Amino acid sequence: MTKDTEKDINLAEFKEEVLAAYPKKVAKKRGKAIVYNDPDEIPQIQANVRTIPGIITQRGCTYAGCKGVVLGPTRDIVNITHGPIGCGFYSWLTRRNQTRPDEQAPENFIPYAFSTDMQDSNIVFGGEEKLKQAIREAYELFHPKAIAIFSTCPVGLIGDDVHRVARHMTEELEGKVNIFGFSCEGYRGVSQSAGHHIANNGLYKNLIGNDDSVDGKYKFRINVLGEYNIGGDAFAIETLMDKCGIELVATMSGNSTKKQFETAHTADLSLVMCHRSINYVAEMLETSFGIPWMKANFIGAEATAKTLRKVGKYFGDQELIDRIEKVIAEEMIPVKEAQEKALEKTKGKLAMLFVGGSRAHHYQELFNELGMTTISAGYEFGHRDDYEGRSVIPSIQIDADSRNIEQITVKEDATRFKPRKTEEELKALEKEGLEFNGYEGMMAEMKKGTLVIDDLSHYEMGKLIEMYHPDIFCAGIKEKFCVQKMGIPLKQLHNYDYGGPYAAFEGAINFYKDIEQIACCSIWKEMKAPWEKEDIVEAEYVY
Amino acid sequence: MLLKHTTDKEIDRKALTINPAKTCQPIGAMYAALGIHGCLPHSHGSQGCCSYHRSTLTRHFKEPVVAATSSFSEGSSVFGGSANLVQAIETMFTVYKPEVIAVHTTCLSETIGDDLTQIVSKANDDGLIPEGKFVIYCNTPSYVGTHITGYSNQVAAMVKFFSTATPKKKNVVNLVAGWMEPSDMREIKRLAQVMEARTIMFPDMTGVLDTPLNGKYHMYPDGGTTIPELRATGDSKFTIGLGQYCTEDACIKLENKCKVKFEVVDIPIGLKATDRFLMSLSRHANLPIPDSITEERGQLIDLIADNAKYLYGKRVALWGDPDTLIPLTEFLVSLDMKPVYIVSGTPGKPFDERMSEILKDIPEAKFMSGERADMFRLHQWIKQEGVDLLIGNTYGKYIARDEDTPFIRFGFPIADRSGHNYFPKTGYVGATNLVIQILNAFMDHQDRTCPEEKVEFQM
Repeated sequence: MTKDTEKDINLAEFKEEVLAAYPKKVAKKRGKAIVYNDPDEIPQIQANVRTIPGIITQRGCTYAGCKGVVLGPTRDIVNITHGPIGCGFYSWLTRRNQTRPDEQAPENFIPYAFSTDMQDSNIVFGGEEKLKQAIREAYELFHPKAIAIFSTCPVGLIGDDVHRVARHMTEELEGKVNIFGFSCEGYRGVSQSAGHHIANNGLYKNLIGNDDSVDGKYKFRINVLGEYNIGGDAFAIETLMDKCGIELVATMSGNSTKKQFETAHTADLSLVMCHRSINYVAEMLETSFGIPWMKANFIGAEATAKTLRKVGKYFGDQELIDRIEKVIAEEMIPVKEAQEKALEKTKGKLAMLFVGGSRAHHYQELFNELGMTTISAGYEFGHRDDYEGRSVIPSIQIDADSRNIEQITVKEDATRFKPRKTEEELKALEKEGLEFNGYEGMMAEMKKGTLVIDDLSHYEMGKLIEMYHPDIFCAGIKEKFCVQKMGIPLKQLHNYDYGGPYAAFEGAINFYKDIEQIACCSIWKEMKAPWEKEDIVEAEYVY
Repeated sequence: MLLKHTTDKEIDRKALTINPAKTCQPIGAMYAALGIHGCLPHSHGSQGCCSYHRSTLTRHFKEPVVAATSSFSEGSSVFGGSANLVQAIETMFTVYKPEVIAVHTTCLSETIGDDLTQIVSKANDDGLIPEGKFVIYCNTPSYVGTHITGYSNQVAAMVKFFSTATPKKKNVVNLVAGWMEPSDMREIKRLAQVMEARTIMFPDMTGVLDTPLNGKYHMYPDGGTTIPELRATGDSKFTIGLGQYCTEDACIKLENKCKVKFEVVDIPIGLKATDRFLMSLSRHANLPIPDSITEERGQLIDLIADNAKYLYGKRVALWGDPDTLIPLTEFLVSLDMKPVYIVSGTPGKPFDERMSEILKDIPEAKFMSGERADMFRLHQWIKQEGVDLLIGNTYGKYIARDEDTPFIRFGFPIADRSGHNYFPKTGYVGATNLVIQILNAFMDHQDRTCPEEKVEFQM
């Protein structure tokens, strides 16, 4: 923490004050989800457990994690929501997964919402026939390459079997279209996270490995996993890879096509951006096809440079390494310029980040580059490994609420398993500082004494702001206007407040500018009318 | 092209809804509940619904929308969500201290058949509902009707739980507000005030979803119909429901429960619907319509007369909710425009009957409601023969761009423009706003697309 902010902050009061407001049982549970960080001796946090009813959570559901997050961004698959109209409606264009159709895949179904629009008769008599008919109609109208079906809450309860329907319709349409279903009913698991897992399993079972064709112009072939092209992030990464002479085989799933999933197994390295949502696929690609994965981060200019250098080191090709260094050197010129300009306004300010399952960590890099300190952060639906690092995985207990999420066993592919590096090569690379199949988690990179909170409640959010007055609070649309009424600017880190990209060097520049704008925004000084008393009013949280 | 797969060739769809002109019940119940002062809406289902509904309302209003959820797990989905709701009630009253918790359901709790009456009474027996506080509830299965049905169910619940008849009738007219913007409700209340009519509006989102920014966050803003007001609706001498789909059920329940007679009129959008609303209020409040309102009407007529040539014969496509589409379509017809394509995902006969009547002199007009009356179909009709203007929610912008058609945002949700919660579309003032928007859309389009030699300095 910077010296001038340190003296104002005593984060220790927070927990006590918040827990006092809760009923006893609730306080006991929430107490385990609020911890003071110590990067040298990382404390255990409670995560990925059920939400407390009535507490006002930020969380969404399994359907959102599966359809909304992982499968939604792929443009040439028709995604049919099997359920009443709401789920399909609310996930229609509301995540900013940009896409750019090309000649190979000119289809673009992202601006469409497809639903079976279940009625009460479908609940009573079952909805399978309607689903079949919906698939026939989707096929007749659009002739897509693939159709995916997403189950919503009632589907599981009434016993509709979307997988059986998928098989039936694949036969009926004589295999002309790949049809598959997801059992991503909203009540499964405890958050969006279960949906990621179900989506990962579905990708592996139905798409990955279906196409062995190897094309592209560069010999260094990688996947970027867990990057959804919000605000054009994946575009920025695509451009950067092209500059470096690296072939991006698959991005999962920003600006992606069905073919990218199908050929992902032809890459030689997977980079994992959002660990939470896609680590399952990363593991499966390694087990099945022998592709190692590394945690990567393209959020922040320094992080981007570091990630590129890791890729260079992995392939060990001097020409590639030189090219990467040249690109970094070039890109850093405008980055430094923008950074210096922004720093004048942003240095020493305090940030808090409560976002999904990865950005609360990644964006701390960008705030560091702006001279800002993150004093509190947390995920909606991260697991302990996202907080504490993957080394704790063996000690994670899967509780009753998550036990029924399908676990699939993946074996070496009989013909296509090919270790990209020998054990010795991997060991040598590890000695040089590369880490495979590893993620240190958010807490290792946060300062001592910072406050880490899982599944932040509305009440806790208000208290954080009331007690510590951060200069900027990062969360989502539901939090935005509550926080701003308190006089604190909120930066949305799900939808970037309709800006972006924020990834790679290009994105870092955009982010510096956007945070500079927020730091300079004049209107916050005008909250009090001149005829009201002149004292500076502190944000107040009134129930 | 954004919607490149939409072609003019319609097929006989029986199962697939594409680009719906509706959403599901609970969001309507959540919205209506925000119109009760000190109310915390509660979604009894899995938490995804609640997050989606809050987000959608927030995107539309750019305002805080807070609601809680029972956060069903797989276990509660199988064995019932009673424990979740009881626990939620305790947590909400302890932490967030609302005056009222308004519970609605989702397709999950409806499919498993949770009995809200029994669960809430258990919470009461357990002493979890503090003295003077309330838990009200309504059933809002997502697989029946639409968000409009959910709104109607929540408004009816306000009557069921609060409206009370005492022996003392008051010279007050209840205004049951259908789904509209806070700005629209504010305008209707202003008209009543100018008439000096005593009214109770419920639900009332003014002062809830249009609040100032002054550094203080009030989880329960100053606005909303208060519990004493809701109780007093039983003593009013008359009820006017604004919008049949959203309010008729509440009006009937109020008559049955408290013997308050009622009339349902259209939401006062446009000239004639505003005329009818004012005459109804005038008659039932027994007060004349003052000259200042007649003057507003005259200004609207003036604007229309001055610009009639820009409006005549223009073909319009509309989509949205029946209670707003009915008076809006009527208004367009009174402007000599041609509303040719109209879809509403909300099912119901009144829409079809009213549309047939309003559109009887426009034989080419097509309209549809209910299942698969969606924006894909609307777009297909537009592909068959184009229109001059689109009026509807933000999802129309994709059609507007593809077809290069002027577009006015109206209805719910409007996610990409601000200010609709401040500036009304109801009353003569709102109608004036609407005509100005229509004219601006046409003129901007003409200025942008006409040949250079045809650019006019004055229009």
